[in-house]
Formats: sequence, structure tokens, C-alpha cells
Amino acid sequence: MRRRQAIALLALIGFCIALYLWFYKIGIIGKLQCGSGSCEYVQTSRYGALLGVPVAFYGVVGYAVIVAVAIAGLQPAQLARRWPTTALALLSAGGLLFTLYLTGIELFVLHAICRWCVGSAVVMTGIAAVAVTGAIEKK
Amino acid sequence: MRRFYLLLVLVAVVAGVLMWRASRSTGGDVSAAAAAAPALVTAADSAFQGYVLGSATAPVEVVEYADFQCPHCGEFANVQFPTIKEQLINTGRLRWRFREYPLPIFEWSRVAALAGQCAGEQGKFWEMEEALFQQQSDWGRSRKNPSAAFRDLARGVGVEVNKYDACMDSQRYAGRIEASYREGAARGVTGTPTFFVNGRELDNTRFGNSDAFKNLVDSLTGTGRH
Repeated sequence: MRRRQAIALLALIGFCIALYLWFYKIGIIGKLQCGSGSCEYVQTSRYGALLGVPVAFYGVVGYAVIVAVAIAGLQPAQLARRWPTTALALLSAGGLLFTLYLTGIELFVLHAICRWCVGSAVVMTGIAAVAVTGAIEKK
Repeated sequence: MRRFYLLLVLVAVVAGVLMWRASRSTGGDVSAAAAAAPALVTAADSAFQGYVLGSATAPVEVVEYADFQCPHCGEFANVQFPTIKEQLINTGRLRWRFREYPLPIFEWSRVAALAGQCAGEQGKFWEMEEALFQQQSDWGRSRKNPSAAFRDLARGVGVEVNKYDACMDSQRYAGRIEASYREGAARGVTGTPTFFVNGRELDNTRFGNSDAFKNLVDSLTGTGRH
């Protein structure tokens, strides 16, 4: 139960970060609070969208699904079931791979770091660590 | 379990408040409509006669009325102006005065003009002018508000961004740009770039390149081959 709670909390934080970046991308927020980072450079680059959809929107959807699965898995009838654990491990592994791809673009193509993207990467890594170790332990 | 859900709600509420506050900050983003709104022109706005490059004692002065989004102005700035600057301005033979003439047909002209003025406030007008024209093909064709791109350009030329943002947010120099536009219109400017050499309007079809300017300066200063 603790693992699913931790995943839900982390995914909610990730959801907020992705929502913030998406709101910027679609013009609701005029400026990213980024300190000395290169958030706007990264977000406005051609890698800021994938198949015509802002990358941040994939994050919004992905984190929302993880939050939903984690909360569903916390319902009394689902606590003993294994499917939420498996689903969270698969979702977070996919999210981590996507995060690694985006971080690689930042480091090796754009040579710029967006602090919010780093924050999201840390959150996704945390989710994946908790979810995957949970799935392995329950085997 | 109840405490856990309260924690989730707390995180969501805090994030919502932070995002609401962030959305209130325009951070230097100026919409095309806001920039195009009629600006109050003060006496100080009218008194400003444009940014000048070159020696105050140069015998010839060119006044250029230009639009940052106009492709012809971009081509002139990127292709011909560097030669003019090197051969005529830097050698003290020519003084160049830049005046904004934002054409209504271009969506981001006035926003770009504001960006130039806000960089100019920090002593970086010419660097920003060069950057705006060099990157014109990127931002000029975009339908997205280029304010973020302008801020990146400003940062790139050494402008202190917080002051720049404050300048853009306040549209401090909208009146100055409008005054420049009205001045150009009163002088008969209808398109850009339009040049006046020692007060006389040039035929753009004849003076669209650096050689023509060099020949003109030679003839006015009597230094050319006869």
C-alpha cells in the first residue's frame, strides 16, 4: 500500500510539472520560472513537440494515468490484487524510457537543460524505482 | 488513508496556486493586439530621433525607416548593411539613424520594435537589431507569439532579462515607436526599407545595395573616382 501511495504522490507532482510546461506551450502561462536554466529554449525547440503534440502533453496524460492506476490500486477491493503493481511497473518503465530519450536530447542535441524537465525526470525515476522494485519483490 | 488523500489534495492546491500566479505574470510577452493598440505619444517620444550608429561628425547621414518583420529590410540588414557599416560607418564617412516603421500588414512588427527599444534601454539596440534581423526567418514566419524568442535573443546579446521583461510588460516605448511611425508617414514613407540621405528620399530601386550607397557617399563627399 505504501508503495502505491508513494507512486500516486510522486505522479501527482510530475503531473503538476507537466501541466505547467504544457500550459506554457499552449500560451496560458507567459513565462517559465526557470532561474538561470534554459527552459524556454528547450520548450520552444523543435524537440518540444512530438508528432505535432507538445511533449509536455504526453507527460500530462502519462502522469494522470499513473495517478489513476495508483489510486485505483489503493481501493480496499484492489489492495491485494497484483494488476495495479504490474501496470504501474510497465507504465513507469515506459515513462522512464521516454524521460531518458528527452534528457538525451537536452544533453547531447540541444546542449541545454530545462530545470522543470530535470524535476520531471527525477520524479519519473523515483516512480520507476518504487514501482519496479515493488513488482520484483511481489513475484 | 484519509491523511494520504488530504496530502494529495494539498499538493494539487499548492500547485494550482503556483500556476495561477505564474499565469498572471506575462513575463515580457506582449500580444500583437496589445502592441498594435493606439499608443499615447508624449513630447519625449517625439523628441527621440532614433538610435544612431557612426560618428556625429560624419558628412552624410542616412535615416532608415524599417520594419523588423519586413523581408526586404531583413535582406538589406543581413546582406548589405554589414558592408556599409564596415566601409562607410566605421570609417567615419556615414552616420546611420534607425527609425521604426512597423507596417500594419505584419503581425509581430511592433512587438519586435518594442524588443529593440527595450534592448536599447540597456545600451544594446544595435546588437538586438542585428539579432532580430538575423533570426527573422524563424520568428517572422511563426504564428506563435515570438516574445519568448525575442527574450532569448535579448539574453544572447547581453541584456539583463528582468529589466527587459519589465520594459516589455509596460510597453514603455510604444509611444516612441508610434512617433517614429507617424514621422515616417508624414515624410511620405509607404514601404520599407525607405532611406533618406541628408534629408532626401532615395529611390529604393536604385539604392538597394551597398555599392550604390558607397557611390552615393563618394559623390556627396567628393572622394570617389571622377
